[in-house]
Amino acid sequence: METLQKIAVPILAVVLFLLAWEALVWVNDWPNYKMASPSDLPPAFWKFRWLFLEMGWQTLWRTVLGLVLAVLFGTMIGMIMGFSRIARDGLYPLLVGFNAIPKATLVPVISLIFIGQHDFNTVLMAFLISFFPIAVSVGIGLSTLEPEYRDILRSLGASRLTIFRKIALPKTLPEFFGALKVSVTLAFIGTNLVEIVAPHGRGLGALFKSGETNGDYPLMFAVLIALAALGILLYYAVLVLERIFAGWAERPQS
Amino acid sequence: MANLIDIKGVTHAYRTKSGLLPVLDNLNIAVPEGEFAAVVGPSGCGKSTLTRLVAGLMKPDQGEVWLHGERVTSPRKTVGMAFQNPVLLEWRSILENVILPLEIVAPRMPQQDREARAMHLLEMVGLKGFEGKRPSELSGGMRQRASLCRAIVHKPDVLIMDEPFGALDNFTREDLWQTMRDLRAAEPFTCVLITHDLRESVFLGDQVFVLSGRPARTQMVLDVDLPADRTLDILYQPKAQEMLHTLRDQIRIAQGRDGDAH
Repeated sequence: METLQKIAVPILAVVLFLLAWEALVWVNDWPNYKMASPSDLPPAFWKFRWLFLEMGWQTLWRTVLGLVLAVLFGTMIGMIMGFSRIARDGLYPLLVGFNAIPKATLVPVISLIFIGQHDFNTVLMAFLISFFPIAVSVGIGLSTLEPEYRDILRSLGASRLTIFRKIALPKTLPEFFGALKVSVTLAFIGTNLVEIVAPHGRGLGALFKSGETNGDYPLMFAVLIALAALGILLYYAVLVLERIFAGWAERPQS
Repeated sequence: MANLIDIKGVTHAYRTKSGLLPVLDNLNIAVPEGEFAAVVGPSGCGKSTLTRLVAGLMKPDQGEVWLHGERVTSPRKTVGMAFQNPVLLEWRSILENVILPLEIVAPRMPQQDREARAMHLLEMVGLKGFEGKRPSELSGGMRQRASLCRAIVHKPDVLIMDEPFGALDNFTREDLWQTMRDLRAAEPFTCVLITHDLRESVFLGDQVFVLSGRPARTQMVLDVDLPADRTLDILYQPKAQEMLHTLRDQIRIAQGRDGDAH
């Protein structure tokens, strides 16, 4: 009964949403160049099915690669900030300042520096936009570690690396995954930003752009749905990783 | 007879924004091997600094700390620590938590030997059957028991405890006193217990060191000449009552209120 409810309720919600959307378009008698209705979407998906697969894959791998780089770099910066007071004081304003720049403004800059390197530019943007939350969460997680946790091992003569591996790292994992969930969405935005804005782009963003150029509104809406599906996929992938590596942080429900 | 722990003329001050804050002033504490030293004193008198000094986690400005005839200048594997906060690692089971020090101190010890040793201790403190649980599934008293097991799993010469029972309710605390007494009978170690609880110091200690208010000096040393196999009843007998009175007076002096009628 409970599992049925877990599956049925979300599906029902999606169906209701689609029905409401269809009804909205139908009642207002909007033509599909004003707003496509859900029933316009399957034909659009079918017509461009190979393009969707190809472009979807492009978007996916670039996003994931950018995200992986963000995790590596963000964790490294976070560790440096977490362990050294001086590094923290020095890096923080730089990071905050960089994060404050709307990333859309960086697209032309990057495009000019690395002309024609579409894959590289896209991955770079996904990375740039998504490492900040990870760096901050790891840095804060490490710097707020209660001294007693460190003392348990330090009093036995454990090295800094051992203390990091056995205590600091696992203790930071819940915060890390919280940040990763934010970063997934951000990386996705970064990828699409470049795909849409850059000329001769590839990926779902470029498909969206071509729909706009050709006045194919059902295609544009279909891309939006495809993007949503990819976003959900990535989000749940992170959720599964979180269950595996930081499942202990979830309190048993009583 | 040589003392296992020898704190000789230790003076220490912290550097704060408003200048030097002296916490320890020519402190002397000596604990013979196998003895249990309870340290009491007013709040903020530098008792926690004392634990960090003995553990080798920091160096005093002046004076010396000796363990086993060796001068302490850095952490050593022969020390176990327990704090008021049990600081159990939430991502490990109780058994894995207790094993943790062995992973550092005895990296070559076979896993099954580690587990056998940890299980033996968990059984002694009454946590058999809970070894697979997460810390969050246990009560405060049980967590503190697990923390005690972890502090002595690697058979340290010295056990340093900083108000380990301070956050527990009275009855749980008394249970843990008895656990502590039984552990000591089974596993010989020299112990320094920092506490606020005078009854605790008399029940567990062989000697009670009263520290003065900040900066702390050794104001008085009380020999607790009660039998080793104490029960809680002993605290209500005249001999213990008299000691408690003495200690209470000493604390009042340490707080700088010896003129008070109460």
